[in-house]
Amino acid sequence: MADSEAILAPQEPELRHHFDDSAQQLEASTLGMWVFLVTEVMFFGGMFGAYIVYRNMYPEAFASTSHFMNVTIGAINTGVLIFSSFTMVLAVRSAQLRQKKALIAFLILTLILGCVFLSLKYVEYHEKWVDHHIPGPGFQYADPRYFHQAQILFYLYFAMTGMHAIHMIVGAGLLITLIVMAARNRFSSGWYTPVEMIGLYWHFVDIVWIFLFPLLYLIGHTQ
Amino acid sequence: MNATLPFAQTETPINYLNADYGWKSWLFATDHKRIALLYLFSITAFFFVGGAFAVAMRINLLTPEGIFSHDTYNKLFTMHGIIMVFFFLVPSIPATLGNFLVPMMIGARDLAFPRINLLSWYIYIVGGIFTLTAVFQGGVDTGWTFYAPFSSSYSNTHVILAALGIFVSGFSSILTGLNFIVTIHKMRAPGMTWNRLPLFIWGHYATSLIQVLGTPVIAITMVLLGLERVLHAGIFDPTLGGDPILFQHLFWFYSHPAVYIMILPGMAVISEIVACFSRKAIFGYGFVAYSSIAIAVFSFIVWGHHLFVSGQSMYASMVFSFFSFLVAIPSAIKVFNWTATMYKGSISYETPMLYAFGFMGLFTIGGLTGLFLATMAIDVHVTDTYFVIAHFHYVMVGGMVMAYMGGIHFWFPKISGRLYPEGWAKFAALLVFAGFNLTFFPQFILGYQGMPRRYAHYPPEFQVLNVMSTAGASILALGYLIPMIYLAWAWRYGPKSPQNPWNAKGLEWEQSPTPPPTFNFEHQPVVTEPAYNYSGEEQEVKLG
Repeated sequence: MADSEAILAPQEPELRHHFDDSAQQLEASTLGMWVFLVTEVMFFGGMFGAYIVYRNMYPEAFASTSHFMNVTIGAINTGVLIFSSFTMVLAVRSAQLRQKKALIAFLILTLILGCVFLSLKYVEYHEKWVDHHIPGPGFQYADPRYFHQAQILFYLYFAMTGMHAIHMIVGAGLLITLIVMAARNRFSSGWYTPVEMIGLYWHFVDIVWIFLFPLLYLIGHTQ
Repeated sequence: MNATLPFAQTETPINYLNADYGWKSWLFATDHKRIALLYLFSITAFFFVGGAFAVAMRINLLTPEGIFSHDTYNKLFTMHGIIMVFFFLVPSIPATLGNFLVPMMIGARDLAFPRINLLSWYIYIVGGIFTLTAVFQGGVDTGWTFYAPFSSSYSNTHVILAALGIFVSGFSSILTGLNFIVTIHKMRAPGMTWNRLPLFIWGHYATSLIQVLGTPVIAITMVLLGLERVLHAGIFDPTLGGDPILFQHLFWFYSHPAVYIMILPGMAVISEIVACFSRKAIFGYGFVAYSSIAIAVFSFIVWGHHLFVSGQSMYASMVFSFFSFLVAIPSAIKVFNWTATMYKGSISYETPMLYAFGFMGLFTIGGLTGLFLATMAIDVHVTDTYFVIAHFHYVMVGGMVMAYMGGIHFWFPKISGRLYPEGWAKFAALLVFAGFNLTFFPQFILGYQGMPRRYAHYPPEFQVLNVMSTAGASILALGYLIPMIYLAWAWRYGPKSPQNPWNAKGLEWEQSPTPPPTFNFEHQPVVTEPAYNYSGEEQEVKLG
């Protein structure tokens, strides 16, 4: 074992023993991340499937519930997330150019935007709580015709946006990790795979919201 | 031709087993071979827990009145199903043999993500702890299918805990699949082209595709079910405007492909064994390889055949029925090609080959009775009867467990560096075959005569066949216990194995010492010939 370790001793500090070179390692990480994102698509896909079923089953109830969605906050949050994707891209670019200060600055900016999104989400959830729109024993709905159907739709709303928010929180944790790593000069050698991979994850979570916003807030809102 | 010993018998070179002995070197192992062993022991434990529930059920069914209450019996078959499906069958071959062999067969030093591989084992254990906690707290009675609204509103058992266990352990399956896909794409040794991959690798590649695409859907389904149980918002409850059929669709969107997660690795093992003990290249390599991918693709468009009597649209049922018939084509290609491989081969009857014979016969019966069930009219007659039980046990136990046992015996010398006692092994293999058929063949007849499944009691006219089935189950249990004992014995006291005891082809036998060193190979392996080149000819296998 000691011998083979000597033979395989990596030339670059971040190259792990079972890869031949860092190009192979990067390709493996990238493919792995994309496959993971495919599983995430399927994960959210289950809920989107349920959404499609109930939307077709209860179109009037859907139109009715969309009036209780806070489109203003939703629209602001959409802008916040799109802008955070932009700052994430700039962070990856700074890592490529080995600009440590810019990298940390853009990561912190991305993190702040993520927190803004989550704070606004909290405001929205609080509104729902005040209006008794949380599914469960305390659920109330203005239009008695749609009481049960609206409850199912709010259930889907909370399941989908809640699962998205959990992904945002995980992403925030990953960003903090990146900031610590960057501060400790882990990316000074030009190796920046984690920044790129977490960037992919961040963009994916943004894209989920790009689908959620029109589906949950906008469709049927003008009826 | 190369059965020579690579090292002197007197001294043991450093290998993955004796490189380090501390408990940390196991619990924090990133070596895929050690993680495979961690999985092997935990899966075996779950197999015997799940088996114990099956034994209790069979004892109950000895007499028409039974000995357990209806509630207890409901919990027995539920826990049997959950543990066997999610904690034994799904991880069985991929997480043990696959984990051990995928890097070795393609000439890699490890899987692409060794730490994620270890993480997947821990996730599996955490999921198992949740589910076992549900068992010890009194069990679950929904059936392994968790059909709503019973599971979401009416059952008074620990549904959330069991669902949480399945949710968590699903990520272990996802991570294993992800690791295999990346490893097979990016880590192949020089010369190991896709056309030269052993069929074991093709089978695992197809399995990984299903794990990655299907498992997230069962995860979110379990989340929705658990939330619904807490909130009672009615998403699956028809009295509150919800749609229980939606739950069945979501559940079977994973759980039917999962059946192929369970059988494809078995087929992968059989391809290796049949080629080795017929001393011939697999007949129609390309067809067998692509049939694995075809099964993976078809697996995602047949789930509706579980819903023929649910009130699903008749037209949807017709489409699902048609696709279900289509799955028979790639499955049959495999069976025909294994048979053609044996034709004019020099067949020998070592234990792995006996299990392979068992697999081919029993899987064929299981597969053909699957066509009965894909036919809507017959399915309506036998839905929820013992016919269905017998059908999928022929595939899952007669197929998958046979292949698993065959694979464990085939690669036991590689894994442990020791030889197992052939006489005992053959005896146990025959016992398993006899016990299996005695257990499950009577259930075909019972089901066709109309005995429903999931009932603790039954009319007295069914007793003879049920007694036969229980008798067979006892033989089967013995057939599984004996290998446990002699394999454990052989691991410590068995004679040392030469590098390649079967004279098999493949990088793991030909170019790696037995047992392998931590990094699998002493030199970077280079592949210069197609897989299964038993004839020794320099011929390139053409795909398709």
